[in-house]
Amino acid sequence: MALLQIAEPGLCADPHQHRLAIGIDLGTTNSLVATVRSGETAVLEDEAGRALLPSVVRYVQDGSPQVGLEAKLRQSDDPHNTIASVKRFMGRGLKDVPHAAATPYRFVDAPGMVRLETRAGVKSPVEVSAEILKVLRSRAEAALGGELTGAVITVPAYFDDAQRQATKDAARLAGINVLRLLNEPTAAAIAYGLDNASQGTFCIYDLGGGTFDVSILRLRQGIFEVAATSGDSALGGDDFDECIYRWIVGQSSLEEVPVADARLLLSLARKAKETLTDSDSARISATLSSGMEVDRILGAETFFDLTAGLISKTISPTRKALRDAGLGIEDIDGVVLVGGSTRMRHVRDAVAKFFGREPLTNLDPDKVVALGAAMQANMLVGNRKTDDWLLLDVIPLSLGLETMGGLVEKVIPRNATLPVTRAQDFTTFKDGQTAMSLHVVQGERELVGDCRSLARFELRGIPPMVAGAARIRVTFQVDADGLLSVSAHEQTSGVQATIEVKPSYGLGDDEIARMLQDSFSHAQNDMAARNLREQRVDGLRLLEATQAALDLDGRQLLSEVERAAIDRAMETLRVLLNSPDHTAIKRAADSLNRATAQFAARRMDASIQRALSGRRLEALEA
Amino acid sequence: MAITLSERAADRIQKFLAQRGKGIGLRLGVRTSGCSGMAYTLEFVDESLPDDLSFESGGVTVLIDPKSLTFLDGTELDFVREGLNEGFKFNNPNVKNTCGCGESFNV
Ligand SMILES: Nc1ncnc2c1ncn2[C@@H]1O[C@H](COP(=O)(O)OP(=O)(O)OP(=O)(O)O)[C@@H](O)[C@H]1O
Ligand SMILES: [Mg+2]
Repeated sequence: MALLQIAEPGLCADPHQHRLAIGIDLGTTNSLVATVRSGETAVLEDEAGRALLPSVVRYVQDGSPQVGLEAKLRQSDDPHNTIASVKRFMGRGLKDVPHAAATPYRFVDAPGMVRLETRAGVKSPVEVSAEILKVLRSRAEAALGGELTGAVITVPAYFDDAQRQATKDAARLAGINVLRLLNEPTAAAIAYGLDNASQGTFCIYDLGGGTFDVSILRLRQGIFEVAATSGDSALGGDDFDECIYRWIVGQSSLEEVPVADARLLLSLARKAKETLTDSDSARISATLSSGMEVDRILGAETFFDLTAGLISKTISPTRKALRDAGLGIEDIDGVVLVGGSTRMRHVRDAVAKFFGREPLTNLDPDKVVALGAAMQANMLVGNRKTDDWLLLDVIPLSLGLETMGGLVEKVIPRNATLPVTRAQDFTTFKDGQTAMSLHVVQGERELVGDCRSLARFELRGIPPMVAGAARIRVTFQVDADGLLSVSAHEQTSGVQATIEVKPSYGLGDDEIARMLQDSFSHAQNDMAARNLREQRVDGLRLLEATQAALDLDGRQLLSEVERAAIDRAMETLRVLLNSPDHTAIKRAADSLNRATAQFAARRMDASIQRALSGRRLEALEA
Repeated sequence: MAITLSERAADRIQKFLAQRGKGIGLRLGVRTSGCSGMAYTLEFVDESLPDDLSFESGGVTVLIDPKSLTFLDGTELDFVREGLNEGFKFNNPNVKNTCGCGESFNV
């Protein structure tokens, strides 16, 4: 039974046509999904009432994936098969993975992106992320009571094209239609309604579990530009836990700490840290494997002193971001706190002191990114009037081509609003040159070696001409998600040669197809089976209802031709009910609904006439 | 003739209206849809229309056009939770049969 939500005036969806949209914060540590229902934006919880899904995927004995808390709890005893923080590997080659040797994973170098060897086979970070997304998708479908129209997924502002492409591929693999990728700081700003102002400059300070990101956003005419980003990819709540852990070890004069004890103490440390956000002291008590008892009280002041150094480590990237944006503290119109770790009082105080103003904190800092994404998704599917709110994103890093001498020629500058298309003309430098190789790079630096290589391709079939005579127009096109395609063609002769590229870090279509197939055969695809069952039931009901209506009013209200059309649509649906393809059933049901629209309207008019003739007086009095 | 809101529904609607920051009430309606007949509509109201009939229930203003009222008279709007899903439900005494999904009905 479908439950209804309140729509914006005039935007009520047709029955069975609800535009269900969600926002997903695919975090390094935790992931969330949010939606807008009856105008209210809220994070969706699982059956146990938990909003945060730990971003951990474990491949269990039979090779099937376990996602979230259960997986997280097995991290230390099944390290090779339990992948945490997979976001760090998205769109990354082995050489780009920071401290690869310090992780427990068995990396496999592969062209484009690293893979991880698990008991379920070699997995791409895209596949691992897709498992997280699938869980969020089914949570959302259960909560919204239907199939999703689409999702907005957030990514860090500094994510390059390869990382964005990988995120989009993961969504596709999870069966999610991506309406748009949105920068995390932009999502946070939207959640706070900062886009309702006409302009302003905002600082988004995001201290999560394992990463610190700070972004300066500039809002101009409804468009957020990322003026600067900075941060520390190895600084977050985990480091605060470590500090407490070391304090316990020191206080209790522990020497060798076995792994199991360390794990226990670390999780108690984290609990103590979170307790100290609301209380002035926290008790840490445990029995270690040696039988030794640990029982300590940690005072808030002590904790603040222990971790003051970590907080100052966030201030220098913040300064740097301001400097890069060419701004002073006085230019900032608002500060937004994001990430669970900004709940800590001394973090808030330090930020307030640095900026000389109170940061915005009334939304849950670990939910604001998902909330903003949900609001954007709701708008994109048309549940809000678009003139209400037109928000565009910008390209985070410049895109260009390698030219002579290893230099970069920028074609699209950073902060260009999306979608964007820019063309630049190049020429041949040798007489009779018939081919030209193009190297697409992303970054702000002058030298190719300092930028990120995205793709290489060749343009062939240029008619032989003297050097400098050919005119090769290279067109860069970036869609609304920040994804790039590049084409080139020679213009002076009638001959054209065009090629489109996908960044080399993205996955090929055949690779995606293979993964999709894998996941189908693997997980038996419960979703598809459920869809099929539901479509069959709905189809059958529709047939019965139509038949009943025809029996009652068909003769009076339909011409022979109309009746024949309805009969045909019914027959098509009846035949397709046995097909295994739920979309085909749905299409047939939709066309039957269309075929009976006129008939239904006439029936309604007829019954209104009947009803009104008996009730006219009453209605007037009401 | 009347339309009523359950206490839970009224509470929710007041909360949603407050969060939305504007709006004078809730509009209930009925329109034709495909074969199973009619479907409910549920919208926030920013401006009332000349023909609107208005009811008060649980502190919420409910607006409805006279045509829709003929099918909704006596309806109680409830707010329910079913598993993870939550939303509004029409308890409409005029309904003879409902389609499988509960979104369309016949009178
Ligand atoms: N009440 C609290 N007090 C202090 N810290 C908290 C509190 N609640 C959560 N945290 C910390 O917040 C961190 C998780 O933050 P969050 O969920 O925002 O991470 P994330 O966005 O997934 O990670 P990242 O930003 O690294 O991608 C953990 O270190 C957790 O201990
Ligand atoms: Mg985060």
